[in-house]
Amino acid sequence: MAPPVLEIRNATKVYRTSGGFLSPKKEVVALQDYSLTIEKEPASITTIAGESGSGKTTLANVVLGFTPLTSGQILFHGQDLATMNRQQLLNYRRNVQAVFQDPFGVYNPFYRIEHVFDTVIHHFKLARSGSQARDMIEDALNVVGLHGVDVLRKYPHQLSGGQRQRIMMARVYLIKPEVIVADEPVSMVDASLRAAILEAMLSLRDELGVSFLYITHDLSTAYQVGDKINILYQGSVAETGTTVQVIDQPQHPYVQLLVESVPAPDPNIKWDTEIELPDEEILRSATSTGCRFYPRCPQRMDRCLEVAPPLYEIDGMGHEAACYLYEDEAQKAPAI
Amino acid sequence: MAEASGQDVQRRQRKVLEVRNLRVHYETPTGDVIAVAGIDFDLYDGETLGLVGESGSGKSTAAYGILKLVQPPGRIVEGNVVLDGDELVTMNDSNFRQLRWTKLALIPQGAMNSLNPTMRVHRQITDAIEAHEGKQDKEELRQRVLDLFRMVGLPQRLYNMFPHELSGGMKQRVCIAMGIALHPTVIIADESTSALDVVVQRVVAQTMLRVKKALGVSMIMIGHDMGLMAQMVDRIAVMYAGKLVEVSPVETIFEDPLHPYSQVLIESIPSLKERKPLKITEGITHDPRNPPPGCIFQLRCPFVMEHCRSEAPPLREVKARHQVACHLYNDDGSLIEGVKVEAAV
Ligand SMILES: Nc1ncnc2c1ncn2[C@@H]1O[C@H](COP(=O)(O)OP(=O)(O)O)[C@@H](O)[C@H]1O
Ligand code: SF4
Ligand SMILES: [Mg+2]
Repeated sequence: MAPPVLEIRNATKVYRTSGGFLSPKKEVVALQDYSLTIEKEPASITTIAGESGSGKTTLANVVLGFTPLTSGQILFHGQDLATMNRQQLLNYRRNVQAVFQDPFGVYNPFYRIEHVFDTVIHHFKLARSGSQARDMIEDALNVVGLHGVDVLRKYPHQLSGGQRQRIMMARVYLIKPEVIVADEPVSMVDASLRAAILEAMLSLRDELGVSFLYITHDLSTAYQVGDKINILYQGSVAETGTTVQVIDQPQHPYVQLLVESVPAPDPNIKWDTEIELPDEEILRSATSTGCRFYPRCPQRMDRCLEVAPPLYEIDGMGHEAACYLYEDEAQKAPAI
Repeated sequence: MAEASGQDVQRRQRKVLEVRNLRVHYETPTGDVIAVAGIDFDLYDGETLGLVGESGSGKSTAAYGILKLVQPPGRIVEGNVVLDGDELVTMNDSNFRQLRWTKLALIPQGAMNSLNPTMRVHRQITDAIEAHEGKQDKEELRQRVLDLFRMVGLPQRLYNMFPHELSGGMKQRVCIAMGIALHPTVIIADESTSALDVVVQRVVAQTMLRVKKALGVSMIMIGHDMGLMAQMVDRIAVMYAGKLVEVSPVETIFEDPLHPYSQVLIESIPSLKERKPLKITEGITHDPRNPPPGCIFQLRCPFVMEHCRSEAPPLREVKARHQVACHLYNDDGSLIEGVKVEAAV
């Protein structure tokens, strides 16, 4: 069997802060022993969800090769990112592409939109002639529902947030990568335009076979388009499975809290309970040995403090939760 | 119980804020950006009104207009804002300054990032109080801040901390405490929970609801998360390209949105209940310096008709407490002849 397009093996990233006035030197484990496999076929959308500081953006940065891992490996078609030569790295960068968080930031305000496309065509040597380049650009724009005449001669500020996002999808289409790392691609846009971007993700997946790492804190959009989901809490996976499994039947106490907190878009179903934020002092003193969610967990047990819980199978169908509540069930689950 | 709700109903019929034909432009070298194009709405005593619309639709500018905080190159071109009987737009500056904060409070967009990083949390609040009420007794001031802390659920421990020592949710609560410090009649909260994670967002949203109820203030909540709006507001005003296109009780607009833009907005809310096909709106937005004659939504409207291109539909009440600006409807809220209803949603 061919190796997967992308495989993350036991990835750990530790940031060491230099320390300063009043703040001692410390280590922050941004990502701990994280593993993920993305197969070539079928192309898929894997959501990485979690609150800010849970390690989502760190994961994006290590996958994109912006920052090295402290330990573990990232394999692209079986080859370790850490051992690639320049040529292989260029190939990797073309095939594992980012769609950035801030759609405005990546455009230089002094250049017209066409510059965004000319640059990638030039950088990755995609076209042999000017007219071939123009055709490719028009093609890519059409896929995301835009037309060259409407947007290419414009400056970024003359486009709506949704148009800018779609331009980014078109740029991605031009490069035709195997994996797209989309870090909060819809967090800045509004409901009516969000659909256009999510739809673009689906068509890139289904028509071009592009897989996505969809990084977000918004569970509702993940529910609409995601195939699988990984919920991170403080650098570790709390729960993983298909999007429908995890969101319809969350098992980990944190994920239950998370799902319950998403406001229901129905004025007749109001929040019926009050929840409180954990006291930050308690969070700071959080255990470094046991379960990271212990200080906030309504169902914590003494043993949760001893060793961090591994992922336990919930139902033998790939739905797993890192919580001792499921230890027994995992033993009962049929082996597959 | 029945009595209380009767009082409630009475209160809710009293207007605390009336906005009439408010128009705000930003001057640019190539012409004025028409950010708020003449809007009308009322805010009733004790209610929460949600102002929704995509970014750039003019929500924040409308808030600045109401508070007379529009900065050059922006200016209020025309309109009236009446707060408890006082007209604000023409009011002289010194009278207005008296009124501002004590009656009208703004929790601005991105407020938590604009806290002064060199100032301890309690100072941020006491400065706001003293700026409007003059020097105060130290101990009384301290008590007042601690009361505010309690009200928004901030632990006392934070009293002497600096903003960078707090999480986003805690900073947002400090901003709410500042907003309510002077017991305003009306609070305008601009995207106050947009940058927060869901769990924190929920806690902050519930804090705002609790505080609003305890103080009996009226509130305008600006945002674009329709799920949050469903949880928090009594009525919704939908803004599109500087215009209000629909104003309605929240239950009604979720059930039966009338304006084609509101329909898209409601239809495209992602839900955790069902996976539904994504609804895409085609069409483009116009140049905000040069809106087309006629309806503001015509370039994106699936039902656009001939006279939509020449005649702007006024915002008018077509059902009880339900206003819409669209030529598709007769005065009694029924669809005009020849329009297919199924296509509308
Ligand atoms: N300082 C400014 N100069 C020129 N145009 C501006 C300025 N501030 C806002 N605008 C424009 O005014 C319109 C409304 O913006 P805004 O009130 O910020 O909308 P919202 O709060 O709904 O996102 C937009 O077209 C925006 O680009
Ligand atoms: S007035 Fe016409 S163009 Fe405007 S929303 Fe109604 S049908 Fe569409
Ligand atoms: Mg705004």
